[in-house]
Amino acid sequence: MPANAFNGQTEYGIGIGLRVPHYRHILERKPVVDWFEIISENFMVDGGRPLEVLDRILEQYQVVQHGVSMYFGSADKPDRAHLKKLKTLVRRTKTPWLSDHLCWGSVDGTYTHDLLPMPYTFASARRTAEKIRQIRDYLEVPICVENVSSYAEFHVSEMTEWEFLTEVVERADCGILLDVNNIYVSAQNHGFNPYDYLAGVPHHRVGQMHVAGHTRFEKYILDTHDHPVLDPVWKLYAHATKLCGVTATLLEWDDKIPSFDEVHHEALKANEFIAGAKAAKPARQP
Amino acid sequence: MSLRATGLKPPPPHAPRRLATTADVVKLQRLMTHILVRPLTKHDGLQPAWIDGRPMAEVAAEFIKPNDRLSAFDRLQLYNRMYWFRLLDIMHDDNPGLRAVLGPRRFVRLVEAYLAKYPSRSFTLRNLASRLGQFIREEPRWTAPHTALARAVVRFEWAQTVAFDGAQRPVPAPGALARTPPARLRLALQPYVTLLDLDYPVDEFVIAVKRRDALRTEASNAVDSTRRAAPAKHVRRPRRRRIYVAVHRLDHQLFYKRLERPAFLILQALAAGRPLAAAVTAGGRRVRPDQVREWFATWMQLGWLCKR
Repeated sequence: MPANAFNGQTEYGIGIGLRVPHYRHILERKPVVDWFEIISENFMVDGGRPLEVLDRILEQYQVVQHGVSMYFGSADKPDRAHLKKLKTLVRRTKTPWLSDHLCWGSVDGTYTHDLLPMPYTFASARRTAEKIRQIRDYLEVPICVENVSSYAEFHVSEMTEWEFLTEVVERADCGILLDVNNIYVSAQNHGFNPYDYLAGVPHHRVGQMHVAGHTRFEKYILDTHDHPVLDPVWKLYAHATKLCGVTATLLEWDDKIPSFDEVHHEALKANEFIAGAKAAKPARQP
Repeated sequence: MSLRATGLKPPPPHAPRRLATTADVVKLQRLMTHILVRPLTKHDGLQPAWIDGRPMAEVAAEFIKPNDRLSAFDRLQLYNRMYWFRLLDIMHDDNPGLRAVLGPRRFVRLVEAYLAKYPSRSFTLRNLASRLGQFIREEPRWTAPHTALARAVVRFEWAQTVAFDGAQRPVPAPGALARTPPARLRLALQPYVTLLDLDYPVDEFVIAVKRRDALRTEASNAVDSTRRAAPAKHVRRPRRRRIYVAVHRLDHQLFYKRLERPAFLILQALAAGRPLAAAVTAGGRRVRPDQVREWFATWMQLGWLCKR
């Protein structure tokens, strides 16, 4: 999707995740990169090197915040201290939008530090959407929720994952960070057609996309972010960009991280599919 | 698992059959969390029996769907493993000194016991080891007979976390210092500076361990090879010797600075909020004025002192 309300009306192009092994390269060589995605939690600190690096990055680059611990789906209420720190960071980075996952991961104030799958029920969707609205109103920044990769499903679910995602974002009136690799991983693990997923989500709400590598085991696939993007995921990405339009896209590479140039080169492969997207019909409007 | 310590309330006897209310969601999330944070078996698997004695496979099947390749038990086991592998990795990386004191197996057993009693209560993994010192004090059996050394190392390694990203407050202007009488002048220590009185020279020990680990990493081309490489060359545990050290940062790099005891006492008194004149007397009668002047000049240069 080109610039829309869910990504702060910005057209960011292709970004990569800001990771520690690349700090020196980026700060010394100042490579041309459309934007960097930061993991918010790594910079929700009071001082020191993380903030010093961030400030130097902000002098040169556009930065978008991506979180891993907001847990929109947790039954716990949003933690005020957490939100306060996050808002301080939002003001520092001036992120045009903020993303986190459609998942849960904490209960009774105990954190698993995992992105756990949601039970896909209407009651869960209502509760989750309400929490997203509260958080967005407090942070005063557009929010995109990301679909997670998952390895388990609940008996209590009343709909498909993409129907649930749609239910949540429509109720919250927020954007989607469409993680194409996660769709692929979950499709393989749960036996659904990933193209049905793509067809089923509201394309006009997609404010950002993720691509990444995964690892195939005998009976399941894990979302490992330690490989180049595999061909079936690029194919899915190509289809997603045709449906949604040219969307801010980010390559995630979080483990066994190679050189900056290798990561950036992999990310820029997305350009091959963007031409096709530009030629396709514009995204469906609400 | 001590529920009082974790803050996690008891799991429901059964998974809810439908999620109509927030209370139902809480029940489901509590049950799954209790399962995921249970320590793994010897073979890194989900424990076969639940806390009420029922087979875990039966409990899992109540709320998790199987697929054509994995049972409900298998699927929960994936999450149980990921939970432990992720947290053990973090503790492994943040506590190289403690690992060297205990050896890899005892280190893992300690961390499992610690996280079973004190699972994370923070949104950030940065704070994962924040209660490790308290745990070792409460349950010394996991570190015996090296408990005193282990406690010293844990304090030292946590101080590094604080030094890495602790807040930095404004330093007082020299003019303001000169205008305030020493009997009324109250300074503070930067939040990122930790003063430690330790029974072992753990600064030297941790440096030796890190140097060894760095060499092991350089010796292999494999990424993340440190945990699977050949057995590490042993770094000898230090002998008991009292030291005073400040863990701090300068230009965003971590440093450890040994302190003389009187200097340590003066800094400790300043940190406790005592006025400058009173803090200096905390150093003892043998401290010479020229020594104090030199120490303060160094501390000001390092930026350790800040406004209260």
